[in-house]
Amino acid sequence: MSLRKFITNKTTAALAVLITAFANTSVFAQDAAAGAAAAPKVDMGEVYKSVIFYILVFLAVCLFIAIIGKALKVYELSREAQGKPVGINWNRVHASLFALFLVIGLYGVYWEYTVHGSMLLPDAASEHGKKIDRMFNLTLIITTIVFVATHILLFGFSYVYKYSAKRKAYYYPHNNTIEKIWTIVPALVLTVLVLMGFLTWRSIFFKVEDPNNKPLQIEVTSEQFKWSIRYPGADGIVGNKNYKLTTASNTLGIDFKDVNSRDDEMADEMVLPVGKPVKLILTSKDVIHSFYMPHFRVQLNTVPGMRTIFEFTPTKTTAEMQQETNDPNFKYLFYCAKICGSGHYNMQKVVRVVSEAEYKTWIAEQKTYLNDDLRKQFNLPVAPAPVKSVADSAAKDTAAVKTNQVALNK
Amino acid sequence: MSTIALHDEHSHDHADHGHHKETLISKYIFSMDHKMIAKQFLITGIIMAVIAMGLSILFRIQLAWPDQNFPFLETFLGKWAEGGRIKPDFYLALVTIHGTIMVFFVLTAGLSGTFSNLLIPLQIGARDMASPFLNMLSYWFFFMACVIMMSSFFIQTGPASGGWTVYPPLSVVAKAMPGSGLGMTLWLVSMVLFVASSLMGGINYVSTILNMRTKGMDLWKMPLTIWAFFLTAILGILSFPVLVAGVVLMVFDRSFGTSFYLSDIVMGTDILPNEGGSPILWQHLFWFLGHPEVYIVIMPALGISSEVISVNARKPIFGYHAMVYSLIGITVLSFIVWGHHMFVTGMNPLLGGVFMITTLIIAVPSAVKTFNYLATLWRGNIRFTPAMLFAIGLVSFFISGGLTGIFLGNASLDINLHDTYFVVAHFHLVMGSAAIFGMLAGVYHWFPKMFGRMMNPKLGYLHFWLTFIAAYLVFFPLHFLGLDGVPRRYYAFTEFEFMKKWLTVNVFVTWAAIMAALAQVAFLFNFFYSIFKGKVSPQNPWESNTLEWTAPVEHLHGNWPGEIPTVYRWPYDYSKPGHDADFIPQTVPFSQTMSSNLPHDFEGNAEAEKIQQDWELANPVTENKG
Repeated sequence: MSLRKFITNKTTAALAVLITAFANTSVFAQDAAAGAAAAPKVDMGEVYKSVIFYILVFLAVCLFIAIIGKALKVYELSREAQGKPVGINWNRVHASLFALFLVIGLYGVYWEYTVHGSMLLPDAASEHGKKIDRMFNLTLIITTIVFVATHILLFGFSYVYKYSAKRKAYYYPHNNTIEKIWTIVPALVLTVLVLMGFLTWRSIFFKVEDPNNKPLQIEVTSEQFKWSIRYPGADGIVGNKNYKLTTASNTLGIDFKDVNSRDDEMADEMVLPVGKPVKLILTSKDVIHSFYMPHFRVQLNTVPGMRTIFEFTPTKTTAEMQQETNDPNFKYLFYCAKICGSGHYNMQKVVRVVSEAEYKTWIAEQKTYLNDDLRKQFNLPVAPAPVKSVADSAAKDTAAVKTNQVALNK
Repeated sequence: MSTIALHDEHSHDHADHGHHKETLISKYIFSMDHKMIAKQFLITGIIMAVIAMGLSILFRIQLAWPDQNFPFLETFLGKWAEGGRIKPDFYLALVTIHGTIMVFFVLTAGLSGTFSNLLIPLQIGARDMASPFLNMLSYWFFFMACVIMMSSFFIQTGPASGGWTVYPPLSVVAKAMPGSGLGMTLWLVSMVLFVASSLMGGINYVSTILNMRTKGMDLWKMPLTIWAFFLTAILGILSFPVLVAGVVLMVFDRSFGTSFYLSDIVMGTDILPNEGGSPILWQHLFWFLGHPEVYIVIMPALGISSEVISVNARKPIFGYHAMVYSLIGITVLSFIVWGHHMFVTGMNPLLGGVFMITTLIIAVPSAVKTFNYLATLWRGNIRFTPAMLFAIGLVSFFISGGLTGIFLGNASLDINLHDTYFVVAHFHLVMGSAAIFGMLAGVYHWFPKMFGRMMNPKLGYLHFWLTFIAAYLVFFPLHFLGLDGVPRRYYAFTEFEFMKKWLTVNVFVTWAAIMAALAQVAFLFNFFYSIFKGKVSPQNPWESNTLEWTAPVEHLHGNWPGEIPTVYRWPYDYSKPGHDADFIPQTVPFSQTMSSNLPHDFEGNAEAEKIQQDWELANPVTENKG
């Protein structure tokens, strides 16, 4: 019977190992052969030596552990032979290790909070970001308290109530009052967090537009693996675009039949006037990317076929931030946070927050997307474009309605 | 019920000559015995876990030393690591396949597949699963899914590499990245097979639990493991088909030119003809499975740890009913929280607010479970078996990972944390650590049931402490990278000035990960060595109450020789005052434990209460109970 079971277990294990391992790992063998044949430029002898060295080190460690294991076994057997109680009280060992782990672990957490905690993003540089930071701090305080308290209980109980043959555990199957308390208390705490989070979320995404302080529209288009920024020009409106119009000279597919498009300007970096609301219109040409601007607590995916909108107000200029962080090279950045292909790890642009005056001089220097080639393509007069014409500003309001509708339809 | 009766007749004399001849193939390969299938799931799961762990070490090496060459890698990986440096595309393939294998093949199939198969019939007192044949198919579909997934390493363009969530258009447009070619097709085929496997398993688990419980085993006498497997199976049955629907649409988009997920796409200057679809649709379909999926991963682990903690604390699990209700709460709520993965995808912000509320509500049942674990340990008599160590580790990780979930579940905070290392740290604590620890606790605890032998406890201790410490060292610092705005799935941190300060942390984390990986050697050696050479197990090595330990150590088709035992009591009568031993198996009737019965035990059965009262009058208590 035992032979039968022996075969059962052995064969099962062996078969499962063989089949799965063979099926799954022979790939590496193949590639190894291919790789070895392809480029034996490096001195592989050295490489193999170092690999063998590490394997030997590991085997030595294993041997060391095996020796300790044997020694423990001999010790326990000799105790048993002498009729003394069992050699090592492992329950006590583990209980002490848990207590030790608690102490060292709590210190580790403290160390992390202070050392790594000081390497984080500076305070938010946007209005809504301050609210987010406040929420974050509140959540951090609550969770840290719970984290520390529950771990003290967990490892504390493990230490105090370790096994003893003399004792019997306390038969305590339930206590409805206590259970109600620890259902209701977390529920209340979470309600507070939910409410605060909900209100903050609403204040970020459901903004009432102040007619006297209209946000600056900026369109950002992502593609593998770069960003294109489009400023609205004098009319303050980013014009329509249509992906079907995309050509090598009109990479964004801007529709220049729309008068609002004709004065749209391109920019290598994002320059924002401080204290003025900015309405980011985010789109994507190819795959999903994510527009991530952590210093301002801004993130929203850019999705092909859909416009996403994020509105925020920067509150600190780059220069102020450089002072605050004591880093003269500090730069605001935005970069991609959604996996988008091989260049995902390097898809960034600089953001510069400046005073209103600086912004005005900068924006005046930017070139329009519309150039002579495109004028020809769109059958527009190839002359200095009358971008700042009266007609444009008159068309402004109706066009604004139009863009909104487009946004809704998409 | 009639099937059970039929089985009964067969199995009486089964041990002697067997009612049908078993060949090598029918016994070890196309086995229909739930215990064998459990072992198949476990061993395949372990092998897949080792592979996925290997992949993670590869990309950790790249993250730690982005400027260094490792010629040895080229020996293994060929053109994907030319000059000994992993290429960006292959890096993404590594993270994608690591995630897919770990989430689906290890933590879903390896965990549910192993322990549901092993424990459901044994703990509810059934001879086998409701449909053994379906059960066998379930394993073989899973196995095929594994092989197909791994086969994508063989092909020219490499495995799928759009992340384990395979968001379109990246995963649909072949031009977007090499992995979106044939590799992605294999991924989809593998996933369909996997879902089929999962469904066959799930249907089997549910029908077995509902129909085949032994006499006396009513729902409220089931161990928490069974409750967890039951609810997990329901979750899987209801959510996995949605993934298949999504996958089929994706296959259509990829191969037949439809536009479910595509619209307005220009690759460079190449305008694709697709119009009218939305990539967001995939995210809804995917996360409708994807979020229940993370509970499919964690609930069996919680069930296992409930059982292990109760047995080894020698104390009834605190708040059994609350534990069940919180599992039910998690099950129901997990269907309406998927949107929290999509707060910043451009989904209507109004929805974001709603999903935030449901998401944070789900923290309540999770908190109840944690507190109940702590209360179970309180005034217990804790035996630190390797299984118990891992169960305590699970509670610790579950707390840590659960608390960081409160940040991410809050839509406002998620704006800045979404897709950063904070998320990586969060789900590796709850899934990568807590759920894996649950699985390991289960392996250590039920190894004697599976193989009839004991694992070496000392190697288990070593394994636990190394893994426990290393896992925290790996995942704790990663939170801070996320808080500094470092996005996940970055091939190298070299292109950003501000990320350079994290390079040393990356080196540290990689060494910790290597330590964690090497610690698994202790487990693997222990596991495979003990299968053949371990100490032979006694029938009930942990002095546990549940039904599986009443079955003989020798495996036999039908689990119990003779009749299936009848169940009289709940599974958590540990250290009951008045009883001499500190455990009372479920098969012991109350008439044999008169000295320890409590009024509550009789559930309002007036006659039984009367008998008990009479007995107590006749046998006045002399010593102080408890």
